Amino acid sequence: MTGNDVVLALVVATALAFDFTNGFHDTGNAMATSIVTGALPPRVAVGVSAVLNLVGAFLSTAVAATIAGGLVQSHDVTLTVVMAGLTGSILWNLTTWYVGIPSSSSHALIGGVVGATIAAAGTSAVKWHGLVDKVIVPAALSPFIAGSVAALGTYLVYRVTRGIAEGRRTQGFRSGQVGSACMVSLAHGTNDAQKTMGVITLALIANGTLSAGAKAPTWVIASCAMAIALGTYIGGWRVIRALGKGLVEIEPPQGMASESASAAVILCSANFGYSLSTTHVATGSILGSGVGRKGAVVRWNIARRMVVAWVLTLPAAGLVGALAYWVANGIGGTAGVVTIFVVLVLASIAFFLASRHPAVTPENVNAAWTGSVVPEPAPATDEVAS
Amino acid sequence: MNSWIDLNALWKIIVVGFLAGAGLPALFAVGVRALNPPVGIDEAGVSRRAAGALGHTVAALCFAVVLAAIGWGIYIIVNHS
Repeated sequence: MTGNDVVLALVVATALAFDFTNGFHDTGNAMATSIVTGALPPRVAVGVSAVLNLVGAFLSTAVAATIAGGLVQSHDVTLTVVMAGLTGSILWNLTTWYVGIPSSSSHALIGGVVGATIAAAGTSAVKWHGLVDKVIVPAALSPFIAGSVAALGTYLVYRVTRGIAEGRRTQGFRSGQVGSACMVSLAHGTNDAQKTMGVITLALIANGTLSAGAKAPTWVIASCAMAIALGTYIGGWRVIRALGKGLVEIEPPQGMASESASAAVILCSANFGYSLSTTHVATGSILGSGVGRKGAVVRWNIARRMVVAWVLTLPAAGLVGALAYWVANGIGGTAGVVTIFVVLVLASIAFFLASRHPAVTPENVNAAWTGSVVPEPAPATDEVAS
Repeated sequence: MNSWIDLNALWKIIVVGFLAGAGLPALFAVGVRALNPPVGIDEAGVSRRAAGALGHTVAALCFAVVLAAIGWGIYIIVNHS
């Protein structure tokens, strides 16, 4: 066990960085539909979502011990394992964000940590039953449940409001949509910020700073809340665009129905002890809202790409996590951890630079879908000034 | 109780999920409809009937239930630990 403050500081910084990617990766889950239907201007939407994530992170602070205790043998987890696991999850999150796929940040985190643990202590250190029971089965079921709820909700909404003047209907549902999107943001803050709090707490326990079974200290809660809120505010415009424009062309009643379905499924599964991925639920709901409206365009090829990415998330993040562990362990000690940290920083910068050319921004996020995440550059639009 | 799938939690999620996730938007839709009666066509052409007292009452009731459900959702978030 390395009682090393430098390593601990790097692990905490990396965990917060992961929380940040978690934030911008998942902005779309709550806000994509509101942004594309014009219920909220893009920047207002991410601002509201950020504040609600911040509030949510403070509201419920029972550490999500599932990540640590339920999935791997805690005594096999060292700081290096946590660091390697986080590296795997951040790199996978950045990759999927770059190509505009809403993949599950929770799965990336779990995959990374499990992969690094396997590399460190072998397959026996993984609680496979817990992994299937708590992660894989819910992931397989949740998009279908959320999708059916959203499809029924969308059908009912259109059925009930048949014959109402189009403008009045749009107006009414835009306000409803904002309410339901806010619920999803709040639920996201309570769910996802906790996972990072759990990881940092785990690292502190592994380092001996905290005793086993300790609760997350206040500074951990506060910094995680800030990190996820900041990430949300930055906004993962690529993912927002893919979800809101790529998957289904969304109208306000559909947006309202899909966000309500997401909020309901996330909240009641949290209440009944199932921890779901917000991303899977939100994507399922948006698809469902496309199925539920007659004549809606649903791009199944994009849905298929997303599902492939979901299936890959656990093993891919795990593989990178394992690789990172081997590198760090091969070099050994503090130098090893510093090395993967530097590689991670460089890779993140590379992703950031690559994403600028061309960039998806609040200004072009709603451009017509032409088959790719990055919109065709529109010649001489009125948005040149911004 | 299956050791791989928590069926006990699953059916509750499905039932509550449908009631809240599909029921509430439908109720909201009823409210919107009550406030904005469908466009009627009379001899003079297209005219929009204004919502009457009944419409406003129905709408208020629907929105109240939806708001109450949101409050319940926040209550769940706060108390879930």
